[in-house]
Amino acid sequence: MYKYDQYDQAMVDARVEEFRDQARRRIEGKLTEDQFKPLRLMNGLYLQLHAYMLRVAIPYGTLDARQMEMLADIADKYDRGYGHFTTRQNIQYNWIKLEDCADALADLATVEMHAIQTSGNCIRNISADHFAGAAADEVIDPRPYAELMRQWSSFHPEFTYLPRKFKIAVIASAKDRAAMRLHDIGIRIVKRDGEAGAQFYAGGGMGRTPMIAPLIRDFVPIDQMITYAEACLRVYNRYGRRDNKYKARIKILVHELGAAEYTRQVEEEFAHLLNVGVEPPREELARIAAHFAPPAFVDGPKTLDRSDPDFALWVDRNTHRHKHDAYVSAVISLKPAGGIPGDATADQMRVVARLARDYSFDELRVMHTQNLLLPHVRIADLHAVWTALEAAGLGAPNMDTIEDIIACPGLDYCSLANARSIPLAQRISERFAETGRTEVVGELKLKISGCINACGHHHAGHIGILGVDKKGVENYQLSLGGSEAEDVSLAKITGPGFDEDGVIAAVEKVTDVYLASRAGGERFLDTYRRIGMEPFKEALYGQ
Amino acid sequence: MANDLGTSPDEVQFRFRDDEPVDHGTVTVDSALEQTNANAVRIEPGDDARALLPFLDRIALVEVNFPSFGDGRGYSAARILREAGYTGELRAVGQVLIDQLSHMRRCGFDSFAPDKRLDEEDAARAFATWENVYQRAADARRTIADKRHET
Repeated sequence: MYKYDQYDQAMVDARVEEFRDQARRRIEGKLTEDQFKPLRLMNGLYLQLHAYMLRVAIPYGTLDARQMEMLADIADKYDRGYGHFTTRQNIQYNWIKLEDCADALADLATVEMHAIQTSGNCIRNISADHFAGAAADEVIDPRPYAELMRQWSSFHPEFTYLPRKFKIAVIASAKDRAAMRLHDIGIRIVKRDGEAGAQFYAGGGMGRTPMIAPLIRDFVPIDQMITYAEACLRVYNRYGRRDNKYKARIKILVHELGAAEYTRQVEEEFAHLLNVGVEPPREELARIAAHFAPPAFVDGPKTLDRSDPDFALWVDRNTHRHKHDAYVSAVISLKPAGGIPGDATADQMRVVARLARDYSFDELRVMHTQNLLLPHVRIADLHAVWTALEAAGLGAPNMDTIEDIIACPGLDYCSLANARSIPLAQRISERFAETGRTEVVGELKLKISGCINACGHHHAGHIGILGVDKKGVENYQLSLGGSEAEDVSLAKITGPGFDEDGVIAAVEKVTDVYLASRAGGERFLDTYRRIGMEPFKEALYGQ
Repeated sequence: MANDLGTSPDEVQFRFRDDEPVDHGTVTVDSALEQTNANAVRIEPGDDARALLPFLDRIALVEVNFPSFGDGRGYSAARILREAGYTGELRAVGQVLIDQLSHMRRCGFDSFAPDKRLDEEDAARAFATWENVYQRAADARRTIADKRHET
C-alpha cells in the first residue's frame, strides 16, 4: 500500500489549514456563500437536504485497518455512528456540522486521509479496479498509475475551475470492474511487447445524457501518461461548454466535436506538452510501484470444507479468484436484505478493520458496487472470516445478485432527488430474499437513481430504475439492458413508469420473463440481449 | 492610444516584477492582430491565447480577464503564453479572489488587479500556502517528485 512521505503529509496538512482559514474568512464575511461554495466542495463538503455531507477520499478504494478505524471514529465523533460507501470508492457522512469539518479533516490527516477534490468542478478522486493487486486476470496492478495520477491531479493549478466535475478510473485487465468507460477519462493499462502503456477512453458518463467513452488513443507510452492526461484536460478546460451546466461535462464536448476531432486537438496539445516537459521523472513511478509490491503470500490449502451449506453459498457468491491459488478475495456485502445499500455502522467498520489486520495483510478495499473487500484471504482462513462477518451482520451471500443493489441516497438525503431510492432498494432486496428468488435468478445488477443525475447508475443496470416526480407523486421508470462492465451498454426504458408497488411488481415480472426464456447459463442481461425488449414489454404492459 | 479597456497600474494590487508597468490600456485580441504596434492585450475567456503567439515579442502586457471566478479558461491561457516563451507582464484581472492567487501564480501570472481589493494579510498567506507542489507548471518550481529523486 502507498505510504505518505514527508511531502505528501505536508500537502494534506497544508490543505487542512487552508480550509480552516477559508471557513474563518466565510464566518468573518470576507467570503460570500457563492465564493465559499466551490472551496468547500473541493474539500468534500456538500450541502444536502438536511445537513452538510462530508465525502472522504479513498484513493483507488485502497485503505488499511488503521484508516478504517479512523473512518469509524469519525462516524462516532462527528456523525451518527455510520457512514455510506459510494460507487466511486469513497465514504460519505451525512450529518456533519460545518464548524466540525476542519477538525474532522485534521483527524483524517493523522492517518494519511483527506477529502481533497471529492466534490467540485475539478479532477475528482481517482478510482480503480477494486480487485487490483489481487485479481488473477490483471495484466499489472493499476494502483501505482492511479497514485501517480492522484498526485498529478491534487491541487492542479490549471484544472481547478473546470467546466464541470471530472472523474478518472484506471483498470488493468480485460474485465472492467470500475465502470471505466462511463468515466470522463477511462484508462486501461496494457502491455505491448513487454512494455506498459495506457489506453485512453474519453467522454463517458452517466447523468442526464449517458455516453460510453470512445477510445481516443490505443497506447500511450507509460512515461507519457501524465502528459497525455494533461492534454486531454487542457482541451476540455479551454473548449468544454460553460454556458449550460447540464452540457458542461466532457462527454458533450467529445460528442459535439466528434471523437476524431477531439482526439486531433488532444494529440496536437500532447505534441506541444511533450516539449514543455510536464511528465514526472521516470523514477517516481518506480518509487510508487515499490509501495504496491505484493505481500508475502504463503502456500496453503486450495480446497475447503463445504459441509455447511450457508458457508458454501457465501464462498460461491462472495469470493473472487486470486492470483495466488491458496488465496481468494472476499467480498463483504453491505447489502443485507432490507438494508441501506452501502451503509456500514462504526462497529461494523471496526470488525472489518480487525479482519483485515488478522487475515488480509492489513489491506481493505471499497468496491465500486458499494461493498467492502478483503483482497487477500487464505482459503484456510475463509471459514473464520465468514463466521466473524455473519456475527456482525456482514455475511450476506449476494454479490452481483439482485440484492446487490447500487442506489443513490435519493430523496431521503439529497436535495436534487425527485424520488426516494433507499426504501425501494430495501423492499426489492427484502422481497427477493424472502421468496428465495435471488439465487434462482443469479447475476442481475439492479441500479436505482432518485433523479436524472444518475448517481445510482441506472443507465448501466441490467435493470435500471429512475425515480421521477410526476405531478408531485414519486414515479419510477424501468429500463433494461445496461452494463457498466467490459460489455458496456446503456439501458433502454421499457415504457410508462410505475408507482412504488408497481415497480417492485414490474421487477418481478421481468425476472419471470427471464426465467422462462433463459437458455443454458445465460445471465438476465444475456437473455435480454438475445430476445430483445418486446417479451418484457408484453409482460409488463400486456394489451 | 486612448483606450477604454484594461486596468491601470494603480489598480494592480500585487506585482512580482521590477520593470515599469505599461502606462496605457489594452486592446482586444482581434485588435491586436490588426494593429502592428499594439503592445498590451486583453484576453477574454473565449479568446484563443495562441492567436497571440506570432506577436509575443512586441507584447509587454497581457491582461487575462476573469469575469467570473468559476470560469477557469484563463489559467490555460496563461500557461500557454508562458510555455510559448512570453516574458512580459501577465496580469489577472476581474474576479480574482484570495483562494485563486497561488494557482494563478503557478500558471504564470505575475500581477494581479482584483476588481475588489483583497486583504493584504490573507493574500500573503494565500501566496505562501503551498510550500511544495506536485505538478510542473509555468513557474520554475521543482516538484515534489523532482525533489524525491534529485541526486
